[in-house]
Amino acid sequence: MCLAVPGKVVEVRSGAGATGPIGVVDFQGTRMEVGLAFVPEAGAGDWVLVHAGFALNVLDEQEAMETWRYLKEANLVSDLPEEMGEARNNA
Amino acid sequence: MNQSQADSRQLVDRIVELSRRPGPVQLMEVCGTHTVSLFRTGIKSLMPAGVRLLSGPGCPVCVTSQGYIDAACEVAGRPEVTICTYGDMIRVPGRSGSLEQYRGRGARVMVVYSARDAVKYATEHPDRQAIFLAVGFETTAPASAAAVMEADQRGLANFTILAGHKLVIPALAFLLSAGDVAIDGFLLPGHVSVVIGVEAYQPVAQQYHKACVVAGFEPMQMLNGIVCLLEQIAAGQARVDNVYAVAVRPQGNPTALRAIDEVFEPADTIWRAMGMIPKSGLALREKYRRFDALDRFGLVVGPDYDPPGCRCGQVIQGKLEPAACSLFATQCTPAQPVGPCMVSSEGTCAAWYKYGRARQQA
Repeated sequence: MCLAVPGKVVEVRSGAGATGPIGVVDFQGTRMEVGLAFVPEAGAGDWVLVHAGFALNVLDEQEAMETWRYLKEANLVSDLPEEMGEARNNA
Repeated sequence: MNQSQADSRQLVDRIVELSRRPGPVQLMEVCGTHTVSLFRTGIKSLMPAGVRLLSGPGCPVCVTSQGYIDAACEVAGRPEVTICTYGDMIRVPGRSGSLEQYRGRGARVMVVYSARDAVKYATEHPDRQAIFLAVGFETTAPASAAAVMEADQRGLANFTILAGHKLVIPALAFLLSAGDVAIDGFLLPGHVSVVIGVEAYQPVAQQYHKACVVAGFEPMQMLNGIVCLLEQIAAGQARVDNVYAVAVRPQGNPTALRAIDEVFEPADTIWRAMGMIPKSGLALREKYRRFDALDRFGLVVGPDYDPPGCRCGQVIQGKLEPAACSLFATQCTPAQPVGPCMVSSEGTCAAWYKYGRARQQA
């Protein structure tokens, strides 16, 4: 629950309310909507560190790629697409 | 040997060298993801005899009191209620079963990836009462705060949270004040620190004179972090180092911290086995109190207790290694967990089960 994952912002949509703006974020092929309220500076093309549906930070690309490589190697993301998928089907 | 292996080798050599100097050293990793990563990468088994790594109270599910689990299960049984929760929570056994078992008996329990999904569900299902189980440390608290603000703006009358957030620093202060476990330094959680910042840990270094380092989850960072801690200890210093500066800033994420502060106030909170720790949790501020599931449903979070024979309470405080629990790997397994440390993938017992046993058997 405390593992954040990096993704690339593909598109920013103006979101209404406290969780907006909303970013469409690509996680190595899986796209999800992510709240950008805590990273107002993030724009399309930026890498963000995402946790529980919200971006917590903007990262540089090299760091993001290194993190992904490690997460994959360590098998820490194996549950992630499933979790995201289940959440998305529910939502 | 590639460059990264050569660098790792060098760091491990440095750890061995440093371990010869200050005598036995105990370092606590505070994050469940660190526990898993230290096992997974083999770093735990590379530690020389003088350096012991202890797991601390860093798994959100594991530190949640049984009283909270029981309250969640109790309200899940009401026909109008849908529980929205992070996946880790649903298999934790309560007094009369887990949320998963309640779901099997007809309760509505929905796994969500984000608090946003719970708000969305409430908006689309006005006939249901959505209760979000707001657990976790400062990494998940901003999401809960944003969800409550969103529900407020939308005027949702069918959304509440069961507030169970915990704060990392009061827990560290509690462990140090209790003094039951000798801790020389802390490997601090990378992603909690993205939110709260490096400076937040200064009291741990200054008041308790403990070495501190913020580290990410990559092997080189964890090794670097351990070297930083051992160097501080060898030099008799206690400061907060940061080997994860690419993601963690001195002041954290001020926007996220403001969101937490807008919605929540620090509150006395009961932790598993550690009891009530002053100002270690988050309660909804008066302005948002109508989103409190306790008030709306007349719930009471009862006292904490251990499931029979379960020693998770000692495990999360670094007092006991999982293998020393008589239930470990016999009556308590990931398939049939007795306590939360075996349920959560970030739990210390689950990590020992998955990685530690193989090592012992090898």
